[in-house]
Amino acid sequence: MRPYSISSTRLLIIAALVSVWALPVSAPVSAAQMQEKIADYAAEARAQDNNFAGFSADRGSILFSSSPATGKPETPSCTTCHTANPTGIGQTRAGKEIAPMALSMTPDRYADAKKLEKWFRRNCTSVLGRVCSPLEKGDFLTFMATQ
Amino acid sequence: MSKNTGIYLTAAAMVLLVNSAVQADERYKPIGDPIVARECGACHMAFQPQMLPKKSWGIIMDGLPNHFGEDASLEPEMVRHIKKYHLDNAADSGLFSGKFMRGLSEGSAPLRITETPYWVREHNEEVPQRAWKDPKVKSKANCIACHRGADQGYYDDD
Repeated sequence: MRPYSISSTRLLIIAALVSVWALPVSAPVSAAQMQEKIADYAAEARAQDNNFAGFSADRGSILFSSSPATGKPETPSCTTCHTANPTGIGQTRAGKEIAPMALSMTPDRYADAKKLEKWFRRNCTSVLGRVCSPLEKGDFLTFMATQ
Repeated sequence: MSKNTGIYLTAAAMVLLVNSAVQADERYKPIGDPIVARECGACHMAFQPQMLPKKSWGIIMDGLPNHFGEDASLEPEMVRHIKKYHLDNAADSGLFSGKFMRGLSEGSAPLRITETPYWVREHNEEVPQRAWKDPKVKSKANCIACHRGADQGYYDDD
């Protein structure tokens, strides 16, 4: 037996454990969590409007690419930082890369409900100057799920 | 005679070495708090708290809903946690003031690291204007575009 064989076996075990631990949330789980959130928004939208007839990817697309410029002057549109292409890599005003918004490109992006709410709150306020309605949030997610 | 020359040369080399080591000491404690690293690093590199005085961090952390033109609001509990870390590690906390206090007048509170006299002095002569216009740099807040180890507190690579 070589003197270092034990430690290399240990290393292998540690490497195996770390790689299992580091596995990202699998795509089907993330998608299910996102669908759950969309269902929550649907319930809220229905509570606000009896005529609510489901979310629309087209409305979500228009919301994403519009330039309402009713929020902060530095961020007139979602596309200011995320670019007009949901599958493309965005860039913050401070120069940091932003992972694509499209669910197909960043499968775990919408899996964490708390994180989702945080960024809707921040970015709707920055771009629109107000929080988004459940209808807008649902439309947005429905659109990104098609991308 | 030649032996003495050797000693002088060695001494001179040592002085030069020590001098350059002192001048190149642009290292800051990496952010050790995972919440601070994650939240402050979401939109920009998480800047080391040693780069602004306490007063600056207090104003910045109390104004997150309008953070340099964007809403960066957080839960109050999170704000308290991150603010404490910044106050504890600010340029003017601890026994000795950090480099970023150099040239700052008493009580002044710059809100951008790039407005501190120390930062200006370190960048003005060395960095050409065209470097700032590079789309990969985009912003003076993007330290890591040029200082590759900036997020680990390492700025010696200029």
